[in-house]
Amino acid sequence: MLNIIRSSLLVCAFLTSWMFTVQAEETQAEEAHQETATSEFEPGKFVMEHVSDAFEWHLFTVGETEVSIPLPIILYSKNSGLNVFMSSKFHHGHESYKNFRIEHEGKNEGKIVELNEAGEVIGLPVDLSITKAVAGIFLCVFLLLFIFLKIAKSARSSVDKAPSGLLNLLEPVIIFIRDEVAKPAIGAQKYERFMPFLLTVFFFILFENLLGLILPLGINVTGNIAVTMVLALFTFFITTFSANKHYWKEIYNPDVPWWLKYPLPLMPIVELTGVFTKPFVLMVRLFANMMAGHMIVTVFVSLIFIFAKMGGPVIGYSVAPVSLLFSVFMVLLDVLVSFIQAYVFTLLSALYFGMATSEHH
Amino acid sequence: MGFVTPDYGTIFWMVIIFGLVLFILKKFAWGPILKALKDRESSIADALSSAERARKEVAGLKSDNEKIIAEARREKDVILKEAREIKDKIIAEAKQQAAAEAQKSIESARQQIAAEKTAAINDIKKQVAELSVMIAEKVVQKELEKQKDQEALVEGLLKDLKLK
Repeated sequence: MLNIIRSSLLVCAFLTSWMFTVQAEETQAEEAHQETATSEFEPGKFVMEHVSDAFEWHLFTVGETEVSIPLPIILYSKNSGLNVFMSSKFHHGHESYKNFRIEHEGKNEGKIVELNEAGEVIGLPVDLSITKAVAGIFLCVFLLLFIFLKIAKSARSSVDKAPSGLLNLLEPVIIFIRDEVAKPAIGAQKYERFMPFLLTVFFFILFENLLGLILPLGINVTGNIAVTMVLALFTFFITTFSANKHYWKEIYNPDVPWWLKYPLPLMPIVELTGVFTKPFVLMVRLFANMMAGHMIVTVFVSLIFIFAKMGGPVIGYSVAPVSLLFSVFMVLLDVLVSFIQAYVFTLLSALYFGMATSEHH
Repeated sequence: MGFVTPDYGTIFWMVIIFGLVLFILKKFAWGPILKALKDRESSIADALSSAERARKEVAGLKSDNEKIIAEARREKDVILKEAREIKDKIIAEAKQQAAAEAQKSIESARQQIAAEKTAAINDIKKQVAELSVMIAEKVVQKELEKQKDQEALVEGLLKDLKLK
């Protein structure tokens, strides 16, 4: 545990230093934006843009130039077939490319739409673009593979030696997942089957959460409902496919008084609903927690501009330190939340697996 | 982009990537890591149990040793006791023998003395007889000369005899 605390403290220190530099840049950018463009600062839009997915990896804006990493756009439409190009072709969404455009308002806001010759929207292409969230997934996955394949190598070569380095750092976490999460929740006989999934999910969520806290990266992967949905679906399918007779019996024919099952199958309905609400809750909990964490930090930052707009730059600058302090506090809190959410998702998954494989109460 | 509506593109990539990562990590990372952890734990447990066993063995040896030592001590005591008894017996026997021997030599000395004594008495008797014969001779000679002198002589001789 000490190792985790130490490393999380390091991460905190790192983040704090990043925050100040990045927010300074953001401040400059926003001011420049306000001076040049007469458009009003919209806190809602600002916050939403920061927590939403995007077709390019926006890093920061200096003056008028937006610095961002272009990401591949992969589209398929019946009219023009497969289209693969970089998102830089859209010029930050200001222009259309070929016959595609990023819609900025309306019901298709934020989506790529297909246009006809006259520039009218004719439909939505199948969009499998590597968006910012997908790029974040890739980044995290490369990190996971790099770290754990390395650890596996050192684990293989040092069975009878004391662990060292990365293995030493992460081994207590792995043992924690095994001894405090999997074993009590699933049982000492059956837990081994589920360990790979539990460990992968735990470290995936943890790494994504912590990566999301590094503000210049600005990715919000675990705060993306599609990602948490897939994670929850994995848990759901593993639970369902490893479920034994006892589990299904408890759902369709639970040990309750007969009038709860006949003529109206009240309990079976409740139990069956539970099967689907469990993964749904998993999905929403992780999504909402991480999304809220990101939002609050951005809201605190945008407070500076709201105050500046209301009472001029003096008030804006005097609010800035308070806002920054709160942002730092929130980021530190989010480090804690990152660990807790990864733990909770893993623990609940393990509990569902345990329910699915338990023999009798 | 949708905020609470999951985007199918992201779902598509997430399923592929996460599934792939799960597979790769399961095969190449979690398996070896968990196995290494288990091996290490079991080797530590083995080492501990064998240490425990060794300790028990040593304790057993110790108690064995003590038993052997106690046995040896008892045997020593028995041997010592026997030796003492033998010694006492020998001494007693020696004393008895010595006493018997002494008794025997005293007896023989006494017998010798008795023999000597009888011999001496016999000798004296013989001498007294001779003397008596000699005196008688002389008395007879003197009687022949003078009665009175004879008597005086006998008397004087008898006086001498008495002194002896």
